[in-house]
Amino acid sequence: MNETTRDAFDQALDSREVRGRSLYVDAWHRLLRNKAAVAALVILTIMIALVVFGPMLVDWDHEIPDWDNYSTPPSLETGHLFGTDALGRDLFARTMIGGRISLLVGLVATLVSLLIGVTWGAFAGYVGGRVDNVMMRIVDAVYAMPFMFFVILLMVVFGRNIFLIFVAIGAINWLDMARIVRGQTLSLKNKDFVEAARACGATEWQIIRRHIVPNLLGVVIVYVTLTIPQVILVESFLSFLGLGVQEPLTSWGALVNEGAQEMEVAPWSLLFPASFLAVTLFAFNFLGDGLRDALDPKDRQ
Amino acid sequence: MLKYSLRRLASAVPTLFLLITFAFFMIRVAPGGPFDSERALPPEIEANLAAKYHLDEPLVFQYARYLWQIVQGDLGPSFHYRDWTVNDLIIQGAPVSFALGAAALLLALLVGVVVGAWAALRQNRPTDYTVMSLAMLGISIPNFVLAPLLILVFAIVLGWVPAGGWAFSFDRMVLPVITLALPMIAYIARITRGSMIEVLHSSFIRTVRAKGMPEKEVILRHALKPALLPVISYLGPAAAAIVTGSVVVERIFTIPGIGSYFVQGALNRDYTLVMGVVILYGVLIILFNFMVDLIYAWLDPRIRYDDGETA
Repeated sequence: MNETTRDAFDQALDSREVRGRSLYVDAWHRLLRNKAAVAALVILTIMIALVVFGPMLVDWDHEIPDWDNYSTPPSLETGHLFGTDALGRDLFARTMIGGRISLLVGLVATLVSLLIGVTWGAFAGYVGGRVDNVMMRIVDAVYAMPFMFFVILLMVVFGRNIFLIFVAIGAINWLDMARIVRGQTLSLKNKDFVEAARACGATEWQIIRRHIVPNLLGVVIVYVTLTIPQVILVESFLSFLGLGVQEPLTSWGALVNEGAQEMEVAPWSLLFPASFLAVTLFAFNFLGDGLRDALDPKDRQ
Repeated sequence: MLKYSLRRLASAVPTLFLLITFAFFMIRVAPGGPFDSERALPPEIEANLAAKYHLDEPLVFQYARYLWQIVQGDLGPSFHYRDWTVNDLIIQGAPVSFALGAAALLLALLVGVVVGAWAALRQNRPTDYTVMSLAMLGISIPNFVLAPLLILVFAIVLGWVPAGGWAFSFDRMVLPVITLALPMIAYIARITRGSMIEVLHSSFIRTVRAKGMPEKEVILRHALKPALLPVISYLGPAAAAIVTGSVVVERIFTIPGIGSYFVQGALNRDYTLVMGVVILYGVLIILFNFMVDLIYAWLDPRIRYDDGETA
């Protein structure tokens, strides 16, 4: 090989600088190709914007009754877009405020469960051995309990406090997360690329940061998107039973409960909060499904 | 197999013990007692009541007494319904709740598997997309939203069935059963579709097809059984879902089952009743999971729980 060809070869190599696409850039592109997931993303964005800014858009407060309109159907004339409830309160304002609480509970309680679950699962998986065994036995034992009853008991026993809702729901939802993260960690730490990194002299901390955490992140993101709707559902369930958020605050579950009692005379008071709740859960589930497809490296091409 | 079964049953004991202990102390540390009322009772009567139900003893004694009772199968007297024992109440409510749950589970299995398999056979075609979107909708609509909507449409607008109340008859059971079953149908359909697609792509199915077996036979005789395994393992969580779902459904349709007792009991601070229901459900869920494991082993010859039995 003479000098000129070698130069040309080097040049060709330089110009063909391969930019590795990270898993997440890749996944993001695939997510954007999934129409259902994109639609879900758009819906969720609108929903969040609505519950954050919606209450500012209407003249009515969610607590103060409009003395002239009790149980009136949705109408532009009265200014009650979603109608009013039996006490004359504007249903649009109430649905938006309820949405704030429902989404907030969804986010915060999911974070609580994320924190407990990831720590527990990653620790058990990474340490392994007897510690892992004991920790997972505990998860199994707790798993076999009828949770919803415990949450109901908690709410009855310690009063209906919104912070308790966060903690209680978060505390029952971490089990799945712990299991998934533990399984993932366990399989990751024995992978060839981890061994290769170790052979190259990477420190334990570098391995965790560069290999374990990024590979865990995908599963965790998917699981978080699927946990949020579950948590919203649990809160709504509690509020429906009258054990969740208390007046003057409200949530979609509480609104559905009120609406269900008046549905014969005022079906709109059931239909609006119910459809907001269902659409949100629907969108989260679709997004979670899309994310799972996008982040699953099995069908990367 | 027998060894495994016994071991599994034995491991349920600590779980149950944990459950009882947890529930017992949680309820007892609660502020407010079962005999609190608007009007203050004279102290003598209060003392008498406390003595009658052993509430004046130290907590540890109460706990030991309660455990001993449970071992004998006695859940104690109800604190709220004065002339009833918890056993009486549960015996009254249980058949109702069980009939409801069993009917919902059967319906969900039947419809879910058929619909899921159907979607799998038409993978990525309009049928598949429609069925899966509907399933997603089914998962997203909570049962406490679904139930009022069903009542609104079928009982109030159309007037086909009564809006509530209970009898062991078709027209009173159909709405509650559907409410309980729908989310499960959706889950089971999704699981069946996924596993069916995986099985249909596996090599043994290719072999069977290559041998010239008619497609119907391929699916019914070879593909369905392995495809059902994930559905079987979903039955454990499904049982738990029915249990919590029944609380809502029984409340909305005013059905006198254990679920309504639980909510009422919790609101009345009827300690013994609440404990009884929690324990009953704990036992049920543990038993159900145990049966599911056995069925799983029976269906999947690759799984052997005892060492040494593996060929």
